[in-house]
Amino acid sequence: MKSLQELAEIRDKMKGKVALREGHNDIRIVVGMATCGIAAGARPVLSTLVEEVEKQGLGSRAIVSQTGCIGICRLEPIVEVFEAGKEKVTYVKMTPEKAKQVVKEHIKGGTPVYEYTIGEK
Amino acid sequence: MIRSHVLVCGGTGCTSSGSPAIREHLEKELKRQGLDEEIKVVQTGCFGLCALGPIMIVYPDGTFYSRVTEDDVTEIVSEHLLKGRPVERLIYNPKDEDMPHGVTSLSETPFYKAQKRIALRNCGVIDPEQIDEYIAVDGYLALGKVLTEMTPQQVIDLIKASGLRGRGGAGFPTGTKWQFAANNAADEKFVICNADEGDPGAFMDRSVLEGDPHAVLEAMVIAGYAIGGTHGYIYVRAEYPIAVKRLKIAIEQARAYGLLGKNIFGTNFSFDVDIRLGAGAFVCGEETALMTSIEGNRGEPRNKPPFPAVKGLFAKPTIINNVETLANVPQIIVQGPEWFSSMGTDCSKGTKVFALGGKINNTGLVEIPMGTTLRQILFEIGGGIPDGKAFKAAQTGGPSGGCIPAEHLDTPIDYENLKAIGSMMGSGGLIVMDEDNCMVDIARFFLEFTVDESCGKCTPCRIGTRRLLEMLNKIIEGNGTLEDLDKMEELCHYITNNALCGLGQTAPNPVLSTLRYFRDEYVAHVVEKRCPAGVCKKLLHYEIDPNKCTGCTLCARKCPVSCIAGKVKEPHVIDQSKCIKCGACMENCKFGAISKK
Repeated sequence: MKSLQELAEIRDKMKGKVALREGHNDIRIVVGMATCGIAAGARPVLSTLVEEVEKQGLGSRAIVSQTGCIGICRLEPIVEVFEAGKEKVTYVKMTPEKAKQVVKEHIKGGTPVYEYTIGEK
Repeated sequence: MIRSHVLVCGGTGCTSSGSPAIREHLEKELKRQGLDEEIKVVQTGCFGLCALGPIMIVYPDGTFYSRVTEDDVTEIVSEHLLKGRPVERLIYNPKDEDMPHGVTSLSETPFYKAQKRIALRNCGVIDPEQIDEYIAVDGYLALGKVLTEMTPQQVIDLIKASGLRGRGGAGFPTGTKWQFAANNAADEKFVICNADEGDPGAFMDRSVLEGDPHAVLEAMVIAGYAIGGTHGYIYVRAEYPIAVKRLKIAIEQARAYGLLGKNIFGTNFSFDVDIRLGAGAFVCGEETALMTSIEGNRGEPRNKPPFPAVKGLFAKPTIINNVETLANVPQIIVQGPEWFSSMGTDCSKGTKVFALGGKINNTGLVEIPMGTTLRQILFEIGGGIPDGKAFKAAQTGGPSGGCIPAEHLDTPIDYENLKAIGSMMGSGGLIVMDEDNCMVDIARFFLEFTVDESCGKCTPCRIGTRRLLEMLNKIIEGNGTLEDLDKMEELCHYITNNALCGLGQTAPNPVLSTLRYFRDEYVAHVVEKRCPAGVCKKLLHYEIDPNKCTGCTLCARKCPVSCIAGKVKEPHVIDQSKCIKCGACMENCKFGAISKK
């Protein structure tokens, strides 16, 4: 270690990797991962979300987690976004492409992608 | 891409309850279910709740699993990690608390809520075998700051301002100790980390070394810079194999990164650290004996003065700091002395780690701000006494400390208050005793320990403690007199005033404090020849209540020495002259007819 710069580089590189364990995140992105969800393709949606959150540098604000059956199996894969002080947003029939867009526009940009939410048919 | 971390405790407690097998099984199972690319298994240090081990935490949701077995692993993987349905039956849920299951509730449990973790902040959070994880949580930041922005005197002033005192037991101000060593010019100066944790029931230093070894290394380099030191030694007992292994890994990694060795952070400061293994003698935790041991001699204490800061290891100025003291240092530098001194009481700042043991529900490791009362530690964090028994006393400070009775439960814990009530902070062992513990027997237990561990160099300790033990044995066997109590007290004071080192001087404390608070129990042993708690065998006898005995003959059949006689369906009688007081009859009686008196 020859300089503080070097230390800071390692720290910045590693920070995102352990941030997962802090549990104090403002936004929770929850993927329905019951049998119905998995059968409808929730696994690639989940991994895309994890990847995108990290890629967009949102690791310290948002966590991606799973839940069981949400109850409307015909609309799986379902992704729900919980944000403190805001109403929950439920996305249905998700795909990895849609997931990318949600992370970019909703999680980073702050505006839900209404066309994918449960209210839109 | 990793989406979840599963933390498995790798501290000594959980290791002995089987966590290595669980980790192995988990990794295999993740691979089998095709999740090994997205879920990472992390071995950490102690979480503190050792009574409930093996412990596992799943992030990002923070689900806290306790008492996990190998069989549970498959279910956790397929249900929770794959489908996102936490396995409810394994989730830690304190009985009297209706908490929502799962999500990040750990810090809200009574066990963790009142704690303030500074020395333990990374235990159970990072992988202690990965230096990068330590750096990610601001590790070595303090060292960088110290070496590039501060003068040695500024570092000492900062530690002084924080009010940090030695966590090994005596509570000497750390900054002042550093100042003494800094003031003495020499071609070589040493920094020693005292990891020779010897008190029965104390395991906080072990847990810090196992869970966060880099914090201790970082602090040693900082201390070295502050006093103008050239080399550091960690004196750790060989009975701590996990701690030793992780320290070795940590030292290697720190050297590879140039955080130990020559020209650290590109400055002209060089410092390296080595490990010295102790063979487990209690006296080697005493600083002068410890140095004698490092020098390659038999671990015996020497006179003070000269103090180590003047003439220490190899006759060079030396500072010796305890593991927990050092673990506080990097945080004090990063967060500032005001942050640290805002916690605690007037004279005792910061936090203290206690190892809870004995008759307590949540056996384990807790870190609380100074000034917390014993009642809060035992009944809020510790979860109270098992089986609804009554609290009798808490023993702090190990063989050098004393017993604190119920009347002092509300004393805010700090160095001065504990001393005032006849105990001491010690290194932080906290052993809880309930109504079933005999205080004379407890005093004897600790005296037996000191007699065994006395190094034999000075007469008051070598012979004095042995005579004390003999008197205690006499009382326990029912042969004591009231004069013995006075004689014991006199001898205690004599040893305290005349022994060479701290261990001898404090050895009589368990006797003195029990005599002070539980004299009635001693008197019962001496005058009534009775042990009120029913522990001292020589003073007990078992009796069969003829009104309750149905003559089932079970006790007579269970008695290993055949001292119970009686006809079928008639009350039985114990022959007291043959009885060995094993208690087998009472345990087996289905009618509660047998009692201990």
